[in-house]
Amino acid sequence: MYQVNYHRASSVEEAAKLASQGDARLLSGGMTLIPAMKTRLAAPSDVVDIARIEALKGVKVSGNTVTIGAATTHHDVAGNAELKSAVPAVADLASHIGDPHVRHRGTIGGSVANNDPAADYPAALLALGATVVTNRREISADDFFMGLFETALEDGEIVTSIRFEKPEKAAYQKFPNPASRYAMTGVFVAKSKDGVRVAVTGAGDNGVFRASEIEAALTKDFSAAAVEGVSVSADGLMSDIHASAEYRANLVKVMAKRAVAKAG
Amino acid sequence: MGIEGIGARVARKEDKRFITGSGRYVDDMVVPGMKHAVFVRSPHAHAEILSIDVSAAKKMPGVIDVLTGKQLKADGIGNLICGWMIHSKDGTPMKMGAWSPLAVDKVRYVGDAVVVVVADTKGQARDAAEAVSVEYRELPSVIQAVDALKAGAPQIHAEADNNLIFDWEIGDAKAADEAVKAAAHVTKIRIVNNRLVPNAMEPRAALGHYDRGDDHTTCWTTSQNPHVARLVMSAFYNVAPENKLRVIAPDVGGGFGSKIYIYPEEVVCCWASKKTGVPVKWVADRTESFLSDAHGRDHVSEVEMAFDKDNRIIGLKVDTIANLGAYMSLFSSCVPTYLYATLLSGQYNIPAIHANVRTVYTNTAPVDAYRGAGRPEATYLLERTMEVAARELGVSPAELRRKNFITQFPHQTPVIMNYDAGDYAASLDAAMKAADYAGFPARRDSAGAKGMLRGIGMSCYIEACGIAPSAAVGSLGAGVGLWESAEVRVNAVGTIEVLTGSHSHGQGHETTFAQLVNSRFGLPIDQVSIVHGDTDKVQMGMGTYGSRSGAVGMSAIVKALDKVEAKAKKIAAHLLEADEGDIVIEDGTLKVAGTDKNVPWFQMALAAYTAHNLPSGMEPGLKETAFYDPSNFTFPAGCYICEVEIDPDTGITEIVQFVAADDFGNIINPMIVEGQVHGGIAQGIGQALLEGAVYDDTGQLLTASYMDYTMPRASDLPSFQVSTSNTPCPGNPLGMKGCGEAGAIGSPPAVINAITDALGLRDIAMPASPQTVWKAANSAKH
Ligand SMILES: Cc1cc2nc3c(=O)[nH]c(=O)nc-3n(C[C@H](O)[C@H](O)[C@H](O)COP(=O)(O)OP(=O)(O)OC[C@H]3O[C@@H](n4cnc5c(N)ncnc54)[C@H](O)[C@@H]3O)c2cc1C
Repeated sequence: MYQVNYHRASSVEEAAKLASQGDARLLSGGMTLIPAMKTRLAAPSDVVDIARIEALKGVKVSGNTVTIGAATTHHDVAGNAELKSAVPAVADLASHIGDPHVRHRGTIGGSVANNDPAADYPAALLALGATVVTNRREISADDFFMGLFETALEDGEIVTSIRFEKPEKAAYQKFPNPASRYAMTGVFVAKSKDGVRVAVTGAGDNGVFRASEIEAALTKDFSAAAVEGVSVSADGLMSDIHASAEYRANLVKVMAKRAVAKAG
Repeated sequence: MGIEGIGARVARKEDKRFITGSGRYVDDMVVPGMKHAVFVRSPHAHAEILSIDVSAAKKMPGVIDVLTGKQLKADGIGNLICGWMIHSKDGTPMKMGAWSPLAVDKVRYVGDAVVVVVADTKGQARDAAEAVSVEYRELPSVIQAVDALKAGAPQIHAEADNNLIFDWEIGDAKAADEAVKAAAHVTKIRIVNNRLVPNAMEPRAALGHYDRGDDHTTCWTTSQNPHVARLVMSAFYNVAPENKLRVIAPDVGGGFGSKIYIYPEEVVCCWASKKTGVPVKWVADRTESFLSDAHGRDHVSEVEMAFDKDNRIIGLKVDTIANLGAYMSLFSSCVPTYLYATLLSGQYNIPAIHANVRTVYTNTAPVDAYRGAGRPEATYLLERTMEVAARELGVSPAELRRKNFITQFPHQTPVIMNYDAGDYAASLDAAMKAADYAGFPARRDSAGAKGMLRGIGMSCYIEACGIAPSAAVGSLGAGVGLWESAEVRVNAVGTIEVLTGSHSHGQGHETTFAQLVNSRFGLPIDQVSIVHGDTDKVQMGMGTYGSRSGAVGMSAIVKALDKVEAKAKKIAAHLLEADEGDIVIEDGTLKVAGTDKNVPWFQMALAAYTAHNLPSGMEPGLKETAFYDPSNFTFPAGCYICEVEIDPDTGITEIVQFVAADDFGNIINPMIVEGQVHGGIAQGIGQALLEGAVYDDTGQLLTASYMDYTMPRASDLPSFQVSTSNTPCPGNPLGMKGCGEAGAIGSPPAVINAITDALGLRDIAMPASPQTVWKAANSAKH
């Protein structure tokens, strides 16, 4: 790690001010940023710790609307009783991120802002049609995730919460990479009054995406059998030592079927 | 056995410090004035070094010095060597290329050390390492051993034409050829044994401390054999003469073979300390370990196994190419030869065997012994071939094996080994019973009804441990002897220190060695301390690898205990005015047999040291040393059965049961033995299902962290069913065979046999990852 100045912000406003200096980076759970700094792949001049800002923490379910503070840890999302009854799929997704250490530090805001193509949350946000709330504006998930590690966030913009409506049915099915346990292919299906949305993470060579053929099939018939008839193309999918594009295409279909079955 | 003696499940004494974080590893060592080293390593698989500019780095904050291979050579530091001479079949010695601890004019793999930076802090050393500028001219590289032998392949060392290090053979080529010709059936198969990275929990580390006043160097290092390290560093690398070099291997967090060898870093730390005048510490980070620890396995073999019309094996022909990486590591040459081809008879009566082995340089990390070392490669080859043969012949895999088992002992194989004892059918029967082998078809059917593919596979392995005797290994090319030493020091109050040349880095010697003393003298194990890992404390020793600490290390302790017992009895007899022959030792007391006359152990010890009343002419004190050189290898063997269930939609393989039935000879602590078997099987399943070192075509290691190298996790593994049915080893006083490597040796073929059974395939590559299995399952579908 290179020399770096550490700041702990006590409010979003203070964080925004601190983050505007030098080559500063926000630090939330640090599960992505700190390893990158240790291996010297990231070299910020300053880090601004937002993990202890109370206003950024916690899960709120009011009526059909769920709001999760950006600095809420995966552990707290996974264990939240209200969320588990309102949208169990999201709590279940959080419970399968990394390992207990990672889940006790890593946060939803950090995960979403980082937009790792193998991260789990982006699939949930995209399938649920969630809104990313920042200190400057609200961005729909459709516009937010822009490619590999790329988002619509501007310099110094801070994610403050994630908001979504409770779907009728939803489930997430993840096929973990055997080594890293990130998603090698993860499929989130959500059925709501506006229709069916299916988002795929871990597989696309440009990050999280919506599987439109599967959505079309499920819109007609929300059943695992309906997915069976869809042929998923390997075009635009990632290939690496763990999974070829063809294998990922198969996993998209299999995980989608299992997610639908799980959603009930 | 008593509650702490041989055979008791005693909790490990050392675990208190390991579990509470109070172990002391090399990285915990702090010497006043100590500085930190960081190595600049080659980013290229193969390149000429055109120039090295360290001037900017030297001016960086905190930098003490920046040192290069030229300076190292100028100071007379030697090249790293391979300590086992193998001759090719044409009589020429192996072609060893020069391995300078810091590369001078060429780099040969990604991770090759080029420059060392010494600075006040590790961070400053890292900063300065980035400021070192090395100009390279890239050369074409070659990664696969098979490719390295092709005409026109890049030439890696001037010494080894076409990258061939040696072309060696064992056995009778003519007899094996004739057997193949005369055979009623020949099973032919290509066997690939995947390359692995050992991944000890503690990365390698070294601390060199040169004391100018005494002209003496102390080297703390993560070694499985500190005395061998001292010997090699002084005799070959010119670090310091032996009497001026102390090597300490304190707590070591796992080795699995990778910490046997003497690497560039410990040599450089000692040299750099002398050069700079400050103690120099280096600790590898994880990716550095992936890049530069010696890797394991990496064989490609063509096999022909010949059967007569009654399905008896009449001959075996093997042609192996072994990848040794960019340099010959310390014992790299003996692994694919004497630790491999000598085991090609397996548990079977095979009248004619011939094996040819070519070893090859490639632009990859050096390859050397890794848990099992040669024996997993032999076992995988044989047990895969047996399975394929059984399927081709249409007979049960168990019965084909049983029919060919060796049943008479001693048994001389055509490939050097003389098996002393064993009961292979007993292990096979025990494993089949434990696995409910007979019930498998019903389980397969019910799995099939759920859409799952279920398969079962077995492996009957034999291995050779406690490699010996010294004269024999010497005649085969070993540069060292393979005995062990022990010193038993009875203190004036009767407590005991046992100094051993074995080194414990996870094996639990502090417990098992004390259990042996408890069995002999009845002292509580708390009163027995095991001292190891320091060349200034322990007389001499060969260290721990090849499952030798029990069979060889403890045998040396037995010899020393015999001498202590003899003297103790003399003293007791004198004190009790009895005949020496009438003295017995029970529960910490020396008694005159059949009377109530006795002297407690501590009183006898005190008498030895006060020397007020000793038999006339007896020297005071009670301390004995022994060296033990075994008469033969030991031959642990067993049968492993693996049952898998495969999800054809995803290619996920679940191991639904894993049974191990081993014959380890006599056992000191069954709990520790089970732990060794569990760990070994975890590594074997790792090899079969999960692990594999992958280089891309340009020699970059793609699996250089846990993001891409699949280490086995608890959730990948079943609950193991382990048992032993033991035939004592006739070759050593305790009747022990060794258990450290068996799990890693026996398990991979059992797993792959089960997977290929489930898929109805002849072969599948290791690691049988979900992708590999999915592809195979779907290409096998009709
Ligand atoms: C061993 C391991 C296993 C993992 N496994 C998984 C897995 O299975 N699935 C998965 O999805 N993830 C996995 N992760 C990643 C983990 O979920 C991280 O928590 C996540 O990627 C980043 O969240 P963080 O809070 O740690 O962010 P940090 O590391 O603190 O920050 C990440 C990036 O986001 C920026 N940032 C942080 N918070 C905000 C904010 N509020 N607004 C704007 N920018 C912000 C930071 O500046 C930085 O650039 C794993 C990580 C590790 C170390």
